[in-house]
Amino acid sequence: MMDALFFYLFAALVLGGAIFTVTRRNAVHSAISLIVSLIGVAGLYLLQQAEFLFAVQIVLYVGGIMVLFLFVIMLVNLDQAAKERQFNGQWWIALLCVAVIGVEIFYFVRKGASAFQMPVVAAPAALNAGGNTEQIATTLFSQYLLPFEIASVLLLVAVVGSVIMAKKRI
Amino acid sequence: MGPITTTHYIALSAALLLIGTIGVLTRRNIVIVLMSIELILNAVNINLIAFSHALQNVNGQIFAIFVITDAVAEAAVGLGILIALFRNKETVLADEVDLLKW
Repeated sequence: MMDALFFYLFAALVLGGAIFTVTRRNAVHSAISLIVSLIGVAGLYLLQQAEFLFAVQIVLYVGGIMVLFLFVIMLVNLDQAAKERQFNGQWWIALLCVAVIGVEIFYFVRKGASAFQMPVVAAPAALNAGGNTEQIATTLFSQYLLPFEIASVLLLVAVVGSVIMAKKRI
Repeated sequence: MGPITTTHYIALSAALLLIGTIGVLTRRNIVIVLMSIELILNAVNINLIAFSHALQNVNGQIFAIFVITDAVAEAAVGLGILIALFRNKETVLADEVDLLKW
C-alpha cells in the first residue's frame, strides 16, 4: 500500500516535470522542471532497491549534468530565443507520429502484460545480499571489466571533445 | 490501488519516452532538445531498473550505470557544440542552422 502510494507520487513528479520541461518557454524553467523529474526517477530507483543508482542519480544528474546545463544557459544568451516561436513548423506531424508510436507501445504492453510477471528466481533478499553497492562493484569489476574500461575511454574522448568544441581557436 | 507490478514501471517509462520524443521533435531551442534527450535516457534507465528488480539480478543496474555514463558524455559534447555554434552563428534555434541544406 505504501509502495503504491510512493510509486504514484514519484510517477507524478516524473511525468509532471517532464511535461513542464518540454513545454516551458524559458530554458531556466525547463531546467528546474527537469531537476524535479530526475529526482522523481531517483525516488523510483529507491523503491526498486537500487540504492547505489539512487545516489548516483542525485549526485551525477542533479548535481553534475543539470549544473552544466544551467551554466550553458547562463553562458549563451537565450533572451532572444525565448521571444521567438518555440515549436517547429511541422510540430503536428511529430505529434501524430508520437501518438501512433504511443498507441502501439501501450497496445503491446497491454497484450504482453502477462510476460512481465517474472518468476522470482531467488529470495527477495538475493538482489542486495551483502549490500547493493558491493554487489554492483563485484559484478562491474569482474564480469563487466572490459565495458567499464571502454566507458572510461569514452569519457576521456568526451572531455577532450568538449574542450576542443568550446575552445575559441583550435 | 493494486500492487505495483513491472508493467506499471514499463508504462511509466513508455510515457516518459514519448514525452521526451515530443520534446526532441518539436522544440526549436537546442538546450531543451538536449534536456529531452536526458528524459529519454532516464526512461531507458527506469526500464532497466524495473527488470533488474523483477529478475532479482544486478546486471540491469550495471547497464543503467553505462547509460548514465553515455548521458554525461553526450551532454558534455552537446553543450560544447552548442557553445561553438552560438559563438559562430549567434543562435540557439535548431532550424536556423541550415548551412548544409541546399
